[in-house]
Amino acid sequence: MAEGKDIKQSNWFKVLTMGMWADHPTFCMVLGICSALAITNRMDNALAMSAGVTFCLVFSSLFVSLLRNVIPARVRMLAYMTIIATLVICTDRFLKAFFPPISKAMGPYVGLIITNCIIMGRAEAFAIKNKTWLSVLDAFGCGVGYSFILILMALVREPMGFGTLLGQRIMPQTWSNWVIFTIAPGAFFLLGVYIWILRTLAKKTE
Amino acid sequence: MNSSNPLIIFLASIFTHNIALVYILGMCPFIVISKNFKSAVGMGMAIMFVVTLTAMINWAVYWLLLVPLHAEIITYLIFIIVIAATVQLLEMIIERFFPPLQSSFGIFLPLITVNCIVLAVSLFMVLRDYSFVQIVTFSAGTSAGWALAIILVSAIKEKLSLISDIPSGLRGPGITMIIIGIIALAFMGFAGIVSL
Repeated sequence: MAEGKDIKQSNWFKVLTMGMWADHPTFCMVLGICSALAITNRMDNALAMSAGVTFCLVFSSLFVSLLRNVIPARVRMLAYMTIIATLVICTDRFLKAFFPPISKAMGPYVGLIITNCIIMGRAEAFAIKNKTWLSVLDAFGCGVGYSFILILMALVREPMGFGTLLGQRIMPQTWSNWVIFTIAPGAFFLLGVYIWILRTLAKKTE
Repeated sequence: MNSSNPLIIFLASIFTHNIALVYILGMCPFIVISKNFKSAVGMGMAIMFVVTLTAMINWAVYWLLLVPLHAEIITYLIFIIVIAATVQLLEMIIERFFPPLQSSFGIFLPLITVNCIVLAVSLFMVLRDYSFVQIVTFSAGTSAGWALAIILVSAIKEKLSLISDIPSGLRGPGITMIIIGIIALAFMGFAGIVSL
């Protein structure tokens, strides 16, 4: 894991898989947890969020990397923000047009993809310094890693909290819902336990 | 127009609808800053100032500029630019005129642009149709509630680091999550005293 510190990468397979395990955005760097906690009480919201974040991540890395020789260093933050905000507007419009119930359930959290630190983090740490196709691979790896944790959270929270998965009843009829899992405290406890398990497995401790 | 009493909005956004503990927003500083009580207080103050200021500016920009021009589609882009510009300006003003504030307050400002709660307050303002007085009390209450939460967490963590023997995988972010979860449970006790 020590070689992960070297940012200039050329091995495409390593670039792709680093975001999925060794440099996982949520467990190792603890970024972007707001949306991971807030919208994962239902699987369909979690899937929509994963798709939205992965889309914004891949395309923002693509554009930042394409423009990396044009963007002046002093205003690069503003340039990232403009690119990300434009992509988020596209995502928001797409959800409003094709999935109105999901868009309503997610409320302001779609707009808040702009301030998801993972996207800005990948642009600053990787896309601004590396070749375009490597940046896209890196962004895709991080997006998959992030989606994985959203799905893991929803996989526990929806069955425990509502007795359903993707709207289908899967728990026995006698199951009484643990309401705590549908609201904030359950999300905090669950993420705390997941971080504990995965950090112990990855032997990455403080 | 939303018809809630501004005072009710203020209390509700601190206690029953706390932005950190109920809407789960602005979590990144909880992991990074909350190891130290003093920086938590500084960050809380900086957030209170910036959130209230940007919410007022964004209210004016949205209702006086974007709505009359039918340009609501670029709301997100305008909001984030207004926030980034305001923070940059504040940084320069503090550096130039109030150097003593720099060490306690100024160093947190760059972190604030990418903090979700600044943008979230502006987005809630659009979703809930707040008037100007309502947005002032809502943004002040929300940021005060967030500051309260981070100060509580940092005080607990500081004491905890002196006396406890936490399993190594749980140290750092893991135990922080569990502490925030317990505080969120405690805040559920406020449910019902005021509602939005």
